[in-house]
Amino acid sequence: MGNLLARSAGNLFWLGRYLERIENLARTIEITETFSRDSSARNWLSVVQINADEKRFFEKHAVADALSVIGFYMLDPDNPTSVPTSLQAAHQNARALRPILSIEMWEQVNVMRNHWRSVLASDLTGPGMARLCRRLRDQCQVAEGIVEGSFSHDEGWHYYRIGKTIERADQITRLLDIKYHLLLPSVEAVGSALDASQWNALLRAANGYQAFRRVHQGRLSPAAVAGFLLFSDSFPRSVTHCVRQVAYMLTQLRSRYRLSGGIAAEDKLDEMRAVLSDLTMEQIIDRGLHEFLDWVQNRLGAISADLRDGFFPD
Amino acid sequence: MGERGIGGLMAGYDRGAFFCELTSQRTSNEAEIATVLSRLGALDFADLSRRSADAERELFNLGITFTVYSERDSIDRILPFDVIPRVITADEWQVIEAGVIQRVQAINLFLYDVYHDQKILKDGIVPAELVLGNPNYRPEMKGVDVAHGTYAHVAGIDLIRDEAGIFRVLEDNARTPSGVSYVVENRTLMMRAFPDLMADLKIRPVDDYGIRLHAAMAAVAPKLAGQGDPQVVLLSPGIYNSAFFEHVFLAREMGVPLVVGSDLVVDDDKVFMRTTGGLERVHTIYRRLNDEFIDPEVFRADSLLGVPGLMRAYRAGNVALANAVGTGVADDKAVYAYMPRIIQYYLKEDAILPNVETFICREKEGLDYTLDRLDQLVVKPVGESGGYGLLIGPKASAAEREEFRAKLKADPANYISQPMIGLSVAPTLNSTSVAPRHVDLRPFAVTGQTTWVLPGGLTRVALREGSIVVNSSQGGGSKDSWVLGA
Repeated sequence: MGNLLARSAGNLFWLGRYLERIENLARTIEITETFSRDSSARNWLSVVQINADEKRFFEKHAVADALSVIGFYMLDPDNPTSVPTSLQAAHQNARALRPILSIEMWEQVNVMRNHWRSVLASDLTGPGMARLCRRLRDQCQVAEGIVEGSFSHDEGWHYYRIGKTIERADQITRLLDIKYHLLLPSVEAVGSALDASQWNALLRAANGYQAFRRVHQGRLSPAAVAGFLLFSDSFPRSVTHCVRQVAYMLTQLRSRYRLSGGIAAEDKLDEMRAVLSDLTMEQIIDRGLHEFLDWVQNRLGAISADLRDGFFPD
Repeated sequence: MGERGIGGLMAGYDRGAFFCELTSQRTSNEAEIATVLSRLGALDFADLSRRSADAERELFNLGITFTVYSERDSIDRILPFDVIPRVITADEWQVIEAGVIQRVQAINLFLYDVYHDQKILKDGIVPAELVLGNPNYRPEMKGVDVAHGTYAHVAGIDLIRDEAGIFRVLEDNARTPSGVSYVVENRTLMMRAFPDLMADLKIRPVDDYGIRLHAAMAAVAPKLAGQGDPQVVLLSPGIYNSAFFEHVFLAREMGVPLVVGSDLVVDDDKVFMRTTGGLERVHTIYRRLNDEFIDPEVFRADSLLGVPGLMRAYRAGNVALANAVGTGVADDKAVYAYMPRIIQYYLKEDAILPNVETFICREKEGLDYTLDRLDQLVVKPVGESGGYGLLIGPKASAAEREEFRAKLKADPANYISQPMIGLSVAPTLNSTSVAPRHVDLRPFAVTGQTTWVLPGGLTRVALREGSIVVNSSQGGGSKDSWVLGA
């Protein structure tokens, strides 16, 4: 078997990214809803901010409240960062990959897209909202399970995993950033009871509550939670773990498949690993968590561009 | 034609004056057909409807669809699937198979001749202007030699069955006939949804189509200098093409990359595909792209779907194209009328599968005959496909006939006419009952060095009562087609 079509490598990378993005969008909306039950509507604005969607959002909506933000991310086909847009993009990539994907994988993406088309604004109120977010998460995880059980671990699989893992790292920084926004006006409130419940919710949204508890028995501090999501070397969603995974898969592509692309990405990954292992959480908080998360997002974007240039140029 | 004892679900079924693919008397496989009928009759209508709905939902979820595009959206539609199978006996299949092979042989010999010495034109068997003046005649192919003399690697021969039960060829498809994906997927679906209906019947399998197709593509590949297998690819117009599912199906079944034009590049008259590791040589292209789009250097310059330089590589013998360029001159409806004579000319045999009697309006005799009997004939434009632009005389109003008469007189060479055939029917499920609906059959022939015919083929069914238009664009559906073992 020869090397993969370059176009297919790109489709796999983006399929991985979009599926991960959809799962995380569902998580973000869910966690924001949880927060907003005992806090102000300002929470909803933070969702718009972390996606850097202020301009587009306020062209359409006067206020960022539950109704407008949920509609913008869950239903609006004109919003490039919405669930329907991401589903459509995942579907387009999967469609182009149909000769490569297992039939069940294609069926799953197809079903997800078709399901979402029947969602109405009225489904997004009250308990229906949580149900939908949950269904979306479940569907993404089913897709992941199908990939695990049917996608040969050949060259193409690496692009899928790299895309998915880069997106995962990017999304965890965004989830953390929500918390950062919430803390911004009252740094001294850190450690209050309310705060603890919100950090718990964040860990649950990242599906890392149990994993965190096992590492930090009985202690919960914002720095510990943020540190866990950034530095854990075993939790699958931590930035450190994701970066290491991407670096490993890139090495595989270059050695096992003798591909020459991706040198620039390799350098940037090395740099990220060095920074992540040198800095402590205290140093990051001192310098500004938000700035640090921004830097991570920025690096991940540059790595994506390098990978595109090296393996699947437009 | 004796009627069988049928009951239950089939109790009210009346095939009328038509040949029925399930209830009419046959020459073999009587016992198996009786079994199918009794099993069908024993099914409960609600159960059958439910299984039918499940099957169609599964087709939709699996994306076994053709795509209709609107301004901002794409809508996937399934080809409606009728769960009651169409049965072909071993005897019938023997005739169809031999007839299709003969037809494909004649088409390939005709195409070789047309693009070389043109003996058949010089001998006056087929009017030269019909071929040389045909928009699908490609002078670029003159003197080009293709492997094994195979031009129509994949051919679909459309058959209908008349009131007497005789299979007749309605149309040849020698360019890029579609629909084979439904044949295979329909079978998979039936095996899942109706194991009880199929149990213990010897039904010829259809699932090796991809392997056969790949073998044919490899057989026509240019001779390789070194070791290794030839690289076959499927060239598709891309995800926006309405038949994209079929392209996916074929690439998947052959296990080859599905490429679009921009994935390929021609260098030094050789074709390469762009991979993550650089350029890799391509030897055979199964292209699902019409002639006019494949190479902007030679054909339509505005085509973004093709590959610049592809014809250079092709003519240099460095890549095989399937089907060959220029096959459209053989499946033209006007050339169709001459097919029995073409078979006779090259093979010295009578056509095993007769044509539907055809009157050629470019000839005065044929035109006069047609104009005199517009109310009895089906008149077809020769250049159209998909059932468009035709007049079904007996079903048209007087005004429609007169309007058509003017069109016909203005451009007689563009038309042929045929008697109205009472197409055979098959029991078909609708919302309230099982009733007869008209069907046709498109067997698929795959040719590398030799020709192989997929047992069965695509049965298309006109779902509207009384309709004889089976095209998917006009309310047609499909059925699983069972060829019973001998």
